[in-house]
Formats: sequence, structure tokens, C-alpha cells
Amino acid sequence: MVSAVKSGRVVFDLAKESLRDVNQFLHGDLSAVTAVAVENPDGANSIAVGLNAPVHVDINGHAGYYAAGMNQLATVVVHGNAGTGCAENMMSGRVEVTGFASAGAGASAHGGLLVIRGSAGLRCGISLKGGNIVVGGDVGSFSAFMAQAGNLVICGDAGDGLGDSLYEAVIYVRGQVRSLGADARIEPMTEADHATVDKLLAEAGISHSSKEFKRIASAKTLYHWNADANQTY
Amino acid sequence: MTEKTQFDTDAKPAHLSTEESSTLNRHILQYIQRASATGLYEIRGLGAKRVLPHFDDLVFLGASVSRYPLEGYREKCSTKTILGTRFAKKPIELEIPITVAGMSFGALSANVKEALGRAATEMGTSTTTGDGGMTQEERQSSKTLVYQCLPSRYGFNPDDLRKADAIEVVVGQGAKPGGGGMLLGQKVSQRVAKMRTLPAGVDQRSACRHPDWTGPDDLAIKIKELREITDWQKPIYVKVGATRTFHDVKLAVHAGADVVVVDGMQGGTAATQVAFIEHVGIPTLAAVRQAVDALEDMNMTGEVQLIVSGGIRTGADVAKALAMGATAVAIGQGILVSLGCNADTYVQKGEHLSALADYHKIGTAPGYCHHCQTGKCPVGVTTQDPILEQRLEPLVGAKRVRNYLKTLNMELTMIARACGKQDVHHLEREDLAALTIEAAAMAGIPLAGTSWIPGRHGL
Repeated sequence: MVSAVKSGRVVFDLAKESLRDVNQFLHGDLSAVTAVAVENPDGANSIAVGLNAPVHVDINGHAGYYAAGMNQLATVVVHGNAGTGCAENMMSGRVEVTGFASAGAGASAHGGLLVIRGSAGLRCGISLKGGNIVVGGDVGSFSAFMAQAGNLVICGDAGDGLGDSLYEAVIYVRGQVRSLGADARIEPMTEADHATVDKLLAEAGISHSSKEFKRIASAKTLYHWNADANQTY
Repeated sequence: MTEKTQFDTDAKPAHLSTEESSTLNRHILQYIQRASATGLYEIRGLGAKRVLPHFDDLVFLGASVSRYPLEGYREKCSTKTILGTRFAKKPIELEIPITVAGMSFGALSANVKEALGRAATEMGTSTTTGDGGMTQEERQSSKTLVYQCLPSRYGFNPDDLRKADAIEVVVGQGAKPGGGGMLLGQKVSQRVAKMRTLPAGVDQRSACRHPDWTGPDDLAIKIKELREITDWQKPIYVKVGATRTFHDVKLAVHAGADVVVVDGMQGGTAATQVAFIEHVGIPTLAAVRQAVDALEDMNMTGEVQLIVSGGIRTGADVAKALAMGATAVAIGQGILVSLGCNADTYVQKGEHLSALADYHKIGTAPGYCHHCQTGKCPVGVTTQDPILEQRLEPLVGAKRVRNYLKTLNMELTMIARACGKQDVHHLEREDLAALTIEAAAMAGIPLAGTSWIPGRHGL
């Protein structure tokens, strides 16, 4: 089980302990715990998923699929790269990846902040539902597909089909966009947009100016069927 | 212009030709006219309406000299049903093998969700959420609630996940395998919109693929994540629309499902394109057999349970599904009809009031209505309209659904006893015969009076 508990710090070694033990511990009473470290993650899937307490978790190495999935309240830092679905369905708290994140990073996140210092793969922020994502590098194609609410801040470039079928989520891009998806359009940055971007960059600890970003949002032409229903035989 | 021309409408032709084309029949003519008028496919509710091989094409071989029946009214016949024994620490225990299928709050009103929960709880069975999250009404009223994880992930959250008794990962549904959900703007009320994080009134088109996994190997990892989040307590179902069912069931089992739910093409929907409903997917009868074959092929019978849905209406349907190898069934449309769908009247404070005028307003009549997509359900079942939804009183709905489930269960045990079974789960394929060659081939059940199963054993 737990290797060491010293002044509220707990260390797990996934080379010796099971993932089940780690997650079970993280779902328990953490009132006396301030920080948890997971050593030798070695790309394991589902590390620190379903957390629901304001604890700090360091994953010291690369994580596999769904790192910090469905996170609530906790701060989880992956000191390395993260696999598919990092911070998927996050509700609150903060998830940070110091390296790169694979496909579907922050998928369907309802809240919280996901910071990816490197680049993110395909479908970053797909189905986003209110969470905020800041990507230090580039994002792959089909990012923010059907994103409903929240913000995706991309400090680098974006691939094809950015923001396809967007609802109310807003994308801010600093670099080039290879192509926009259906119904996505570039809009002028407002004061509120600048404030949002500057705030999220500050929270992420990334030093760019909001003046370098453009806003992409939904043209809302797909909100209703455009049936020519008035004709009759 | 006093002289009549050949174009006068009141001129009588010498001979009226009434030869209808089977290719361009009246139904197809209307379809082309409607398509040309609107420039949009038709969207409607409920399931496939066309004639399909179904459970009606099977009969039971009751006991006689060669088999010994049980006393119909006296001897015990168990209906207890356990789901999720493979990996979950807390399998689902039901009193009857008849569950309430996943139907969303949004498609249905909160009153209906409450009524379903009450009825299911009284009967000792489960209800299921839908594409729109879990409502407090259904959680409070349902003893056993299955929480769906859908591609859209509308309202999906870890708090409700932990409150659920089982999790159903929905890959597809019988009405539209390969398609995403749909809820037209008139049903996206403020509450529905808030739960789904959408602007009120938009025509909502859900995703058809999950956002964070893309194939069977990913699904295995996703299922493990859900197990980790819920500490391996809850059974995880995987629901597929019936198409390549043999392979899909095998992959679902491979991915780690405790329970596989197979929904045939007669399965209902609140709003889907007609071309999808009628032309994509295979009949439930064929799907059950493929699913059972897959479980048998993997030596997983009994370890992974099979729930069958899509056009289950009667106790005989339930018995036939079980005899073919299902552990339980799920019912959606039958439950809606029980609540009052397609009835002439609705009940308010004990009084039956006519709904005919409101059926007419949406261009239909009781017995023909499939207008769930309009949100103007004249009997208050598939609506979010604050006035119409009052037409379904939760207690009236709960009583009807309880009675319906009770009837089905009585019919099921009656048939099981007649076949000499003390447990409905002892019904077996050997108890069945097929009435048509199609049903015999699809169900893999011999044609009545013969030992012939078309397509099997090289024949």
C-alpha cells in the first residue's frame, strides 16, 4: 500500500504498487493529505481518475489514457506526456501536462483548467462543456469539435477543421489555422475576449499577450434546420 | 368559354385507370412530394414501422407427454435476475427480467421519468437514464438506476456516476446504429438546455462517436477508467445497435463488459431520420441469435449477461427472448404506450379527457402518432411543454407501468410453467419453433413441425 506518509505527503511507486491501490487511496479520506506523488507511472492508464478533493497529485513521468479523468477539485500535474483523453470530463480543479498530450485532451470537460505546455493531438477540447484549456504549443485537427461552452486557448497553430459545429465555446488562436470547420468563423476580439485570454494565460503561467490572438466562434448557422417547409403540394 | 375541355376537373373520363405502381406506390409518391417540398429528410419518433420477422413468428412447444408442465397458479417459478456478475463488486439484482430502457429527460418529461422510477421500483426492476443526464426525479424514485455514458456526454458527471447502480456505455441504438441523438429545438427547454450545456431552443444533434475513444481496444481502456472511478463497484453494460451483432458482441465482451445490451431495429427513438429508422440495422430476432452465438463462441454464457431490446411488447416476447438466450429485456416504446402514448385520452384528477383535438393539431390521430419529435405529445409523455407535461400525472403513469410490467411478468411465468420450468431463465431454444422460414433462419430455430433451420448444418 502507501509507501510513505510524511507531513501530509504520500508517495506511490507504480513499479511496486497497483494502480487500483493508488486510485482507491485517492478516493478515500484525504483530509490529512496535502500532496501525493506517483512515481514510475510508465504510461499507465487511468492514473488519478475520479478525484473529488483539493489534493495535489504529481505524476512523475509519462501517463497513459485518461490521466486525471473526471477530475473534481484536485490539482494533477503530469511531469511528462499524457495519452488520450487527459482530464476528460473534468468538472473542476486543475490538470497540467508539462509535455505533450495525445488525442481528445480535455474532452467534454465541464469545468476546471487544463494546461498543456507542449502540443496537443487530434480533437483537443472536443465536446467541451465549460472547462478551459490552454495549450502552449499546437493542436491537431478537429480540435474543439462540437464544443459547447468554455474556452480553448491555442498558443501555437491549429490543424484542419478547427471548431467544427461549435456551440457557445470560444477558441483563441495565436498562430495559423490550417482550416476552420463547418460553422466556425473568425470574429473580432472584444475587451472581454482580451480579458479572458490574459486571465487564462496568467493562470497557466504562459507569457503571451492577448493582442496576438484571434477569436473563433460559431456562426450559429447550424443551430436550426434550414428546411424550406413552407412549400406544399 | 362555354365548351368543356378535356382539362375540366368535373369531366368524367371514359375509363379511370387505377393501376397503382408498386415501385412508385402512394407511400413513395408522398415521400417524394414531401422531400421536394421541404428539402429535408423526415424526422419522427418510435421505431421501424415496416413488417419484419419478429418474436410473433416463434411459438412455444408447451409440455405434454414428453415434457412435464408445472401447475400454472401454484408452483413456484422464479423470475429473479442478476446482472453484472463478471467484474462488478455489486451486481444488479432484479425481481423480474424486464427492465426499462434508456430514454432521456428531454425526450420525456420529468413527470414521466418519475413515473418510470416509481413503477420500476415497485416491480423490483431498473430504469435507465438517457442522452441528457440524470434527473433528481428519476434518481429519487428509482431503487435501481442505470446511468448511460453516451457519445454526447450531455450532463455526464462523476457525482451522478457514483450515484448510479450500473453504467451503460452506449455505442449505438437500434433505431439508428451509427447515428447520434437528435432533439429538436421545441424540446430543448431551459432545464433541458442547462442539463446539456446547450443554448435553449437549438436543434440539438448529438455526436455519433464518443469523444475520448475510437475503437474496441480504446473501449477496453475506457471501461477500465470507469471501473477505476467507481472502485470496481458497479456493473458496466455496453449497448450496441443491432447490425454486425456477432462481432460487436464479441468486441464488447473483449472490452470488458459485464453486460451487453443489443437493441434491434424495431427499437424506438424520440427523433430520428425515417431513412435511418427503417433502413439501417437488423431485426431484433436476428440480433438475439447472433449475440447468443457470440457469447457461446467465447464460452461467456452466464458470465456476461445479455439484455435484448427493440420491439419487446408482450410477456410472450419476453419469454421468447429469454428462451433464445437473453438474461433480461429492456422495453421503451411498450412502456410509453402503457403511459398513454397513442391513447385517445389522458387522465387528470381521475377524469379521462379527450386528446383528439391535439392529435389533429399535429396532423395525426391516436393509433398512428409517432410525433415525439414535435414535443407536442397530446398525452404528455414525450414533451417538455409546461402545459402538456401536466397531462401525465406521475402516480397515474406509475400505476399503468406497474400493471403493464406485472402483466408481462405473469405471462412470462405462465409460459415458463407450461414449458415445465421453475425458473424463467431455464427457458431454452429447444422450447421454441418457428412459423416462417425467415424467422427460422434468423433465430436459428427449427421451422415448426420440422428439424429444418435454414442456413445451418449446410442446408
